[in-house]
Formats: sequence, C-alpha cells, structure tokens
Amino acid sequence: MIKLVTAIIKPHQLEPVREALVGAGIQGMTVTEVRGFGRQSGHRETYRGAEYTIDFVPKLRIDVVVDLFDAEAVADAIVAAARTGQIGDGKLWITDVDHAVRIRTGERGTDALT
Amino acid sequence: MNSGDAAWVLVSAALVLFMTPGLAFFYGGMDRSRNVLNMLMMNFWCLLTIPVLWVVVGYSLAQSPFENDLIGGLDNAFLRGMAIGGEDGGFGLLVMVFLGMFAVITPALISGAVAGRMKFAAWAVFAPAWTLLVFVPVFKWVYGGWLGQRGSLDFAGGTAIHVNAGIAALACVLVLGKRRGFPHAGSPPHSMPLVMLGTGVLWFGWFGFNAGSALAANGTAVQAFVNTFLAAAAAGLAWALVERVRDGHFTNLGAASGIVAGLVAITPGAGYVSGMAPIWIGIGAGVVCCYAVRLKSRAGYDDALDVVGVHFVGGLVGSLAVGLFSDPAFFGTENMEGLFHGGGVELLLEQALANGATIVYSFVVTGLLMLALKATIGVRVDDDVEQVGLDLPEHAEQAYHEDSAPASTAPAAALVREVVG
Repeated sequence: MIKLVTAIIKPHQLEPVREALVGAGIQGMTVTEVRGFGRQSGHRETYRGAEYTIDFVPKLRIDVVVDLFDAEAVADAIVAAARTGQIGDGKLWITDVDHAVRIRTGERGTDALT
Repeated sequence: MNSGDAAWVLVSAALVLFMTPGLAFFYGGMDRSRNVLNMLMMNFWCLLTIPVLWVVVGYSLAQSPFENDLIGGLDNAFLRGMAIGGEDGGFGLLVMVFLGMFAVITPALISGAVAGRMKFAAWAVFAPAWTLLVFVPVFKWVYGGWLGQRGSLDFAGGTAIHVNAGIAALACVLVLGKRRGFPHAGSPPHSMPLVMLGTGVLWFGWFGFNAGSALAANGTAVQAFVNTFLAAAAAGLAWALVERVRDGHFTNLGAASGIVAGLVAITPGAGYVSGMAPIWIGIGAGVVCCYAVRLKSRAGYDDALDVVGVHFVGGLVGSLAVGLFSDPAFFGTENMEGLFHGGGVELLLEQALANGATIVYSFVVTGLLMLALKATIGVRVDDDVEQVGLDLPEHAEQAYHEDSAPASTAPAAALVREVVG
C-alpha cells in the first residue's frame, strides 16, 4: 500500500519541514506554491491610505508519496516541524495511492518509492 | 555657446529622457500584473511619437518666435533655421532637444490615470494630438506668451507640465469612466520594488529637469539642484509621517508618492526659491497630496494611479508657493517677489491666474479630444479585455511567464495518476 501525505504549510516553515523529512528517511518530496485561506482568513494591506483585503494567503503545499508503514511517521515529522502555534499553520491529510511508477526505470509499486 | 553650459544642458536633456522610463516603472509597478506592459507601452509610445512631432512642428509652435502671445509660428518647423554654425553655435538646437524631453514626459504623465481600461489605439492618437492641442499652446503661454509676460513664474514646468497634465488626466477619466468594480474591488500594486525603482529614476532625472532648466551651468542651476534634493526628501518624509500617524505604518508607497509630490511641487519654484523654502514647499505638498489622493473615491472619479492627486494638486501647491517664496534678490533677477519677501499678493494672484487659465483650457480641450476619440475609434476596451488584462489582447505579450504548470495543480498526485491512468 502506498500513501500520499499532503500538507499545506507556512512558506517560512519549508526548511525545518524538509530537514525533518530527510531525517525521517524520505527519498523525495514535491513543493508547490499555492494560495488559499482557512480559519486564518486573509490579511490586510494599505496603499496610499486605502485598505485592501488579500483573501488568499500564500502557502506551500508539500506532497510526499510513501509506503503505508512510513505514512504516520512522515505526517508526525511534518506536523512537528511546521507548527509555530500561531493561527495559519496549515493542514495535513493522507490519502490512498493506487499505483506509483518510477519513470526512469519503470519500477512499480513501493519499488518506485525507494 | 559656452561649453560648460552646453555640457550641462546636454547631460540634463539625457536625464530628463530617463524620467519617462522611470515614470513607466513607477506607474507599472502600481498597476496590475496583467496590465503592466500596456502601461509601459503607453509611456514608451510617447518616446516614439513626440520626438518626431516635436521637430516637425511642436517646437516651432511652442517657442518660435518667443514673443508671440498665444502660439508660435512655423519658422522652425522641420528644424528650419536651426544650425550649429551661426551666432549661437547650436545653443538653439540644444534648447530645442532639451524641451523636447519635457514634451515627451508630459502626455506620459496622463497614462497613470487611464490605466487598465483605455484602448491602445485611442492612446496612440491621444498622446500626440494632446501634445499638439494642449501642451504646445499652454507651454507657449507660460514661456514667452501672455501668462509669462504678465509676470507669472514657472521655472521648470509646474503649471505648463504638471497642472496641465494633471487636470487633463481628470478630463480623460471623466470621459473614459471607471474601471470595473471601482472603488470597491481593490487593485493593490503588483510590484512595489518596481515602484521604488521608478521613484529613484524619477528623482535622479528630475535634477536634469529642474537644474537643467537654468539652461546654463550657473548658480541658478546649483540652487535648483539643491531645491530638488530637499523638497523631495521633505515631502517623502511628510507623507510617510502622515501615514504612520493616520494609518499606523511607514509605507514604501507613501514614501515614493511623497517624493514624487515634492518633486512636482518644487518644479515651478526650483530657480526662484532658496534657503528653507524647498523644505516648506515639500512638507506642504507631501501633506496636501497625501489627503488629495483620497478625493477620488469620495468624488467617484477613477484616477487609477493618482495623477490628479499628485501631479495636479502637487503642481498647484508648488506654483502657488512661488507666490509666497519667490526671492529674486537671492538669484539677482528681475522677476516679482513673493509675499514673504515683501512682494505683496501680486505674484500670488498672477500664479493663480496662470493656473486658472491652464486648468480651464486644458480641461475643456482634453475633454473635447477624448469625446472625439470616443465617437470615432472608441476609447475603452471591451469588458472581457479589461477582465483578462490589456497586455495579452492589446499587445500580444505577457509580463510574467510561469516556468512550469500553474501553481494550483498538484504535481505529485496528478503525475502519478496520469502515468498509471
């Protein structure tokens, strides 16, 4: 079984999260710049005295495809490293992955991950 | 021709040319990312068309002969009679090209007001037509014409350039209408670093604009240079402090806007005021313009990047300030003294008259020109063009390309599914 661990984190937490994941033994990760809002909602900016509400806040999305047995450890590592305790720390979820292929070699399943 | 004068005015002309790209980036950074190339092109269009127009008839109608009250003639059309071998050694030709740089940037100032919704074809006609119909006559009135003869003062173009372009910007946006969603849907600047860079280029170029307007490498040029240095700093400081007290933060845009407002305001008095006057003028312009930019949402006109609030209001403040601070004794000149130097209110009234005449003429003729364009080629882009931004539909270009897929896709998951698919 293969799992996809997806996390939305604060952009500045990327480096601690990367270190934690490497420490947890993962072989690769994908980072995407995304925007969105959660309970934090947007923020306000002021230009020439006029206030603008920025509804979607910049975040990073991290995707890690891992073996079922590593999923919880990877999730724990991300949560521990991404947490600042402030509102807007983000979310994490784990989903099932039907299949995986390493493009270079054609290896399939968990062999494609390591 | 004195070689020192020639060297300084030549360098100044190049400095003033540099202001138009500076202005383009000042405005472009404030514009949305989907309209920034349209903004840059509106400014660069002035750099393409006005030099040609200027040598064909513009300069001659604006300055030759200098004594004409209302409009010049065609004596120097197509640069006739402008030689380097004569008595002046080419100084006339040098003044022609120096003033040509001012002719380029004046219509460019208006582009900030019409940002994000004006058909480029309409701008392509508007910029040269406005230069000929509005800039050239007003320039003539102020320099050598009836307003100048009455004694009003405008050292480097507060009335002829900033008040003129500022009030024209108001006429333009009244004909053009508001952007979709104004004023509720906000459009914050897409790149503040570009705004700050443009501000720096403008300030740098403005030393040529003001100190070069002495048309000589002399003491007046030195004092104009000092004034340009001080007024911009004082105005930027004043605007930034007002925002800090009123809104809670020192903002980059506040500092930049204040610097430009101060530069605008010191322009008419650059070679007429001295001592601490530039600081007072800068503070006045910084505070007044900081509040003037709020008028548009109250009055309901969509002056997108505050050309009216900064250039019209700043120019007016600076021009009237000449009526207070003019100090001919310092410069050893014969012009009228300001109220604070024993001249009474006479100069102040002349300044008011010169600006009043400019405001009425510029507003009416600009409005008529825009109405004529509206009735013929149309002035406004279609709604869908405005929505996707003007860069792609109007210019077939985009300012910023993403190297990879749009940021909203999820590469890892999508890739895996597609491969297995």
